[in-house]
Amino acid sequence: MSGPSFNSQSVDDGFLRSAGGQLAKFAVYALTGFALLIYLLSVLAGEASSIASGNAIDFQANAITIALREEPPQLDANRATDASSNVVLAHVMEGLLGYDIDAQLVPGVAERHEIREEGATFWLREDALWSDGVQVTARDFVFSWKRVVDPETASQYAFILYPIKNAEAINRGELPVSALGVRARSERILEVDFERPTPYFDKLVAYLTYFPVREDFFKSTNGRYGADADMLLYNGAYVLTDWVHGSTMTWVKNSQYWNRENKGFLDEIRIGYITQDINAKLNLFKDGQIVDTHLLSPMLPTAMEQRWQIDRSMDGAVFFLEFNHRDDRITQNKNFRRALQLAQDPNELVYKVLKEPSYLPGVSLFPAWLSGVSESFQKEYPPVQHQVNVEKAREHLELARQELGLESFPPLMMLAGDTPIGLLSAEYYQQLFRKHLGLEFRIDVQIFKQRLEKMRQGDFDIVLSGWGPDYNDVLTFGDLFSSWNLQNRGRYSNQEMDALIRTAQSELDVHKRMDAFGEIQRLLYEDVVILPMYERGFSFVVDPRLKGFRRRSVGPEVDYNYAYVEELSDLTIDLQ
Amino acid sequence: MLLYILKRVFQGFITVWFIATATFFAMHNVPGDPLTNDRAMTETTRANLEAKYGLDEPVSTQYLIFLRNLARGDFGISFVQENREVNDIIREHFPVSAILGVLSVVFAATGGVLFGALTALYRNRLPDYLIMFLVILGISVPSFVVAALSQLSLVSLNTLLGFTVLPVAGWGTVMHMLMPALVLGLSTMAYLTRLMRSSMLEVTSSDYVRTAKSKGVPPTRIFTRHQLRNAILPVVTVLGPAIAAITTGGFVVELVFAIPGLGRYFVEAVQQLDYTVIMGTTVFYGAFLVFMVILVDVVYGFVDPRVSLDA
Repeated sequence: MSGPSFNSQSVDDGFLRSAGGQLAKFAVYALTGFALLIYLLSVLAGEASSIASGNAIDFQANAITIALREEPPQLDANRATDASSNVVLAHVMEGLLGYDIDAQLVPGVAERHEIREEGATFWLREDALWSDGVQVTARDFVFSWKRVVDPETASQYAFILYPIKNAEAINRGELPVSALGVRARSERILEVDFERPTPYFDKLVAYLTYFPVREDFFKSTNGRYGADADMLLYNGAYVLTDWVHGSTMTWVKNSQYWNRENKGFLDEIRIGYITQDINAKLNLFKDGQIVDTHLLSPMLPTAMEQRWQIDRSMDGAVFFLEFNHRDDRITQNKNFRRALQLAQDPNELVYKVLKEPSYLPGVSLFPAWLSGVSESFQKEYPPVQHQVNVEKAREHLELARQELGLESFPPLMMLAGDTPIGLLSAEYYQQLFRKHLGLEFRIDVQIFKQRLEKMRQGDFDIVLSGWGPDYNDVLTFGDLFSSWNLQNRGRYSNQEMDALIRTAQSELDVHKRMDAFGEIQRLLYEDVVILPMYERGFSFVVDPRLKGFRRRSVGPEVDYNYAYVEELSDLTIDLQ
Repeated sequence: MLLYILKRVFQGFITVWFIATATFFAMHNVPGDPLTNDRAMTETTRANLEAKYGLDEPVSTQYLIFLRNLARGDFGISFVQENREVNDIIREHFPVSAILGVLSVVFAATGGVLFGALTALYRNRLPDYLIMFLVILGISVPSFVVAALSQLSLVSLNTLLGFTVLPVAGWGTVMHMLMPALVLGLSTMAYLTRLMRSSMLEVTSSDYVRTAKSKGVPPTRIFTRHQLRNAILPVVTVLGPAIAAITTGGFVVELVFAIPGLGRYFVEAVQQLDYTVIMGTTVFYGAFLVFMVILVDVVYGFVDPRVSLDA
């Protein structure tokens, strides 16, 4: 093998040339074949799926293209639980009340309403129509609500109807569905009886579980209600005309919609893409294919390079460390919890660790955007001023050790989700508590459903948890730590807290009601039920030609109901 | 021949059954279930949902029910996409993955064979070094990086030229397919190039090539008949599993390019613990992989004269 034979070089050269030529010929064949195959595939694929086309804004058609995060599992409002369904339904359906562009509650299908101590009455407008031209009546709401609480339906959001008389008992299977405290006094008058006084009922009926469903149409779908575009009847500003699963959707302006003068200005909204990949969405936005996208902090430099206008909004959710208050846990000891509270600082977490400019350091369970009596709740009821005090923290830890009769603290379990932010936060707390208090935490990282299951079983000492609002009232956060709330995974139980929450649920005097929330906020801090981490926000960019677009803290995360398009005014105005 | 195929098909069924069983019990041992949601459910609601989906039965009974339905080819209804049958999900979304997969494999195979032969011909010269450098890159850089980078460069290209050369994401036309197929096939192409190169080199130094040369057979004929045809055999062997791997492994590419393929449903089902979809896609993919392996073995009988299937 070693050393070439005397004249092999020239032979090999000849061989090389000819073989190279042969290869080149093959390459040409391959390319031709490839092109042919592509042509064939294009013919095949042309029928299989629709074309996600069009640029971000189509002025001629008065249309925009957007991307959706996930495919909605189905569009049955009575049973929907996820954010994507919420977005779609908020554009194609309308409840008794709705939200205006500034997220203020305004009349929807009901032109006026009255909430009393024992019940409520809604007067439906005459011109509220379904997309097939039939009037929306009180009976459609009665049918829908009875369906939600029917145990057969197994709606996961049935609890949101519990203020209605007998709803909970029906949902538990203890009473027949007909016992539900709601009836149509006439086509246009809907009457509701309450289980207990519910002063915030107007906010509840704006939620999608309360949307109407028409009985005859529902029955005609044979159990496929909400599964496809033609399996749903619409009464919102848009109708869904086309839904290719996992790929595209089209919403078209609803010509039957009563308020079309003030809502639904675009003729068409095209969902051209369904992807969770935020980088892909950024690229689509950069390429002018979609009108808006949200940004993570690593993308901000790119956005600034492009000189985009970057906006911020709160997504509504609050994140916190939740303690396990069960008796067999070290974390049930108040001095122990106080020690952790005094050692940590949400400002450091948000500003130095997470560095997401749209996040706010957590100061309370009740986020900054919630309203109180007449202005922001946090302004009217300022949260306790938190001061870091490591000295005092160590004293409390020592007290806790004595109370628990421990030699030293065993390693504790910190349950966290598998998101980058979740991991970063968990690691921050891990090293913080080790440094200041000498405590050892083991981080148990779990994907979403596994984490929820471990929370349900109480398999944690501390869990990184969060809560997003269902409706625009302090109570959507306020009743979380009542002893009867299933969401109270740490099983915190305190009679004083329960009494305050009862007041907050039923008190008709708005001042007394907000006072109760103020007390709840104080108690949450003083009893160290949770440690607030941050309020989540989003940085986002919008095509400058799109106006009236909103990101929401409550309801759909993105709202195009009031969006319209406008050519950019030419800045080089002729001065003559 | 027929006996051999029958034997292999029988073995294939056993394999698929084994995959299904292992997946079924692994899935049921993970904490949580498809009904777990961030809004806590009342006991009644949970009980009703469990009854609806048959989750109230013991796991062994559920397994028997699953097997019975499997025999009928019925995977049931998705827990998450509540109104869709798993069979419909597979029927609607697998063709998308398949089209993408076929395109990438064609791309990978032609590219791999061509580049492999080229590097072997120009061994230890510039083209060889250059291509092998790219091959190492192609094998070692993960697909999510390649996908993101290629998408980004598409954006830059479109912006630079002022019109859409290739769409950035989405699905529908051939233009939508080119970039994702290229990205998806890249690592396979790199792998095939390396395989083709080593197998070419082995063949080149073999006795029959030397004999052919000494007989004075024209170089073109030696190259195509003796070298290429023999060197391509290992490539054909890995092609079957490669098709299956590419078709099933497109999750990242499907996500980045917003393609409604089955890979996305497969991975999301696992995250959502959507039992029926997990089982449906796993069994389907498993069967597909087994089928491709059998197919390759049969094809091998035709390509390689040394292999006889009658034994």
